Amino acid sequence: MSAARRLAANWLPAYAALFVLFLYLPVLLLPIFSLNSSASPRFPLTGFTLKWYAGLPKTPALLDAAWNSLVVGVSAAVLATVLGICAARALTRYRFRGQRAMQGLIMAPLVMPEIIVAVSILIIVLALGMPLTLFTVTLGHVLVCLPYSISVLISGFEGFDRSLEEASADLGETSFGTFRRVTLPMMAPAIISSLLVGFTISLDDFMMAFFLGGNDVTLPVYIWGQLRFAARLPGVLALGTLLLVASIVLLTIAELLRRRAQERTQTTGGLLA
Amino acid sequence: MPEPATRPMIEIETVTRSYGDFHALDRATLTIREGEFFSLLGPSGCGKTTLLRLIAGFDQPTSGTIAIDGQPMDGIPANARPTNMVFQSYAIFPHLNVGENVAYGLKKMKLGAAEEKRRVDEALSMVSLAGLQNRGATELSGGQRQRVALARALVMRPKVLLLDEPLSALDKKLREQMQVELRRLQQAVGITFILVTHDQYEALAMSDRIAVMFGGRIAQVSTPKEIYQRPVNRQVADFLGGMNFIRADLVEENGESIVVDTAAFGRVRTDKPRAFAAKGREATLGIRPERLRVLWDDATAKHEIAGTVVERHYFGEITHLVVDVAGMDKPLSVTETNDFGADDLPLGAKIRLGYDPDALVALAD
Repeated sequence: MSAARRLAANWLPAYAALFVLFLYLPVLLLPIFSLNSSASPRFPLTGFTLKWYAGLPKTPALLDAAWNSLVVGVSAAVLATVLGICAARALTRYRFRGQRAMQGLIMAPLVMPEIIVAVSILIIVLALGMPLTLFTVTLGHVLVCLPYSISVLISGFEGFDRSLEEASADLGETSFGTFRRVTLPMMAPAIISSLLVGFTISLDDFMMAFFLGGNDVTLPVYIWGQLRFAARLPGVLALGTLLLVASIVLLTIAELLRRRAQERTQTTGGLLA
Repeated sequence: MPEPATRPMIEIETVTRSYGDFHALDRATLTIREGEFFSLLGPSGCGKTTLLRLIAGFDQPTSGTIAIDGQPMDGIPANARPTNMVFQSYAIFPHLNVGENVAYGLKKMKLGAAEEKRRVDEALSMVSLAGLQNRGATELSGGQRQRVALARALVMRPKVLLLDEPLSALDKKLREQMQVELRRLQQAVGITFILVTHDQYEALAMSDRIAVMFGGRIAQVSTPKEIYQRPVNRQVADFLGGMNFIRADLVEENGESIVVDTAAFGRVRTDKPRAFAAKGREATLGIRPERLRVLWDDATAKHEIAGTVVERHYFGEITHLVVDVAGMDKPLSVTETNDFGADDLPLGAKIRLGYDPDALVALAD
């Protein structure tokens, strides 16, 4: 082993540990301060309390925002998943002109600056004379969720043995019956995974909700509004902690389901003895 | 062997399936009789799977008609046809257990729970899987998947069972065992079986009749023996196994037979193959390597030729000899069993070969 290699072997793990610390330490501080009795987020900690959490349900504006987030999240997730199923099936099943371009364009919002997209939609919505409501937020969120939904669903549809659907037709089932009895149950984990990812993305999204929401406020926009008041910071930290936990749980379930869907579709080949 | 009196089950009339300029299937005409074990044999891309999928209704002919049991199938989708298929990948539904897989098609028939269960049990015992109803689809071995696929199709009591290379995923031993079982099963249920395969031995061993296909066309339809012994052209002869091709000069040609002169085999009269067209005075004869026998010691044959061993290949129960014969442009291949010591013949040995002139067949190009 050369000296450079030995050096790398010794220091790379330390570098990796530092990097992870840098990534997650700020996020870890959030729950810590949300459980601290002092109103200002500062060390040393003054004592354990749940009062900031207890205070959350007593804030009507927050409850409204939570309800709005739930409505938008569910609608956006369902819409993005339905559209995603169609797109993912088309992209994996058929070969057509412009397929790669289409796939690229659908995925593009992932890397486009969201503020540009949000402002562009805002301009169009205003030009159409549409009021800014949760509906416009939902539309924006569908756009943001769609690439995530599609990539989850594509990994579910890929490797889906087409002869399974043919076998169903061969056994006398109609195409709708085949979709209900074969395609849907086999895709169920991927579909649920897509719904969860969509909901999580929508729940966390600030940009679309901020520009397209008008007077209808979702949780991230509510939090942003509260940051101006120092006294409300602990409540925001508590709320943030809850959102963080919810996101992690939902995304973990989504990923587990996505993997299960993939395993399922890939063990259908007859070549496995 | 099928009774000549059985009625036609599948009638394929000048069926073509084209993709643009490419004809996957080109004016195929074929009649398959009730209760027959019929094989579509050919290399990949010959159109055999295309034809099977047209019969199943997964695809529609570009032109021509297909009738099943007298009923024209134009515009009738797969789910309304009296056919069931065993897929190459078996297509076992992975989210259902064995019993649910087999009962899948019965659900549409609304038979009632008791009758449904009875038929599922019956189908599973037919394929020697009795008692495995609750086994998960992903816990099955390759051979078991194949049996489930078979039971799932047979339980529907189709008029025609379609098998798309069902044995290709199995290892050699299991494949040979399943060949025997499939044949027995077919005789027990009496349903018309149509098997797609690229394995000539499989087709020869299992079928009542075989259609050999090349490049989207049906080259020959006949019994295994006839296909093997009297192939119509070089392509069929070559695909079915080893064949010595012998250059011959046409002496006489009439309605049913031709007479040719050859360097080694002398003057031969043989049946005229369908589509035979002599190019000027030239023709091709064929003889299978196992139809040439080494004559040991003083043994004689009515027809014999002399040659020199130039190559020897040992294959356990047989030895493959390459024999140079004076006057022939190519040496002859000879397959000899090893009971008299063909495996010990030294290179350069002078030997005599006996043959039956009936084993010489004229081949169209």
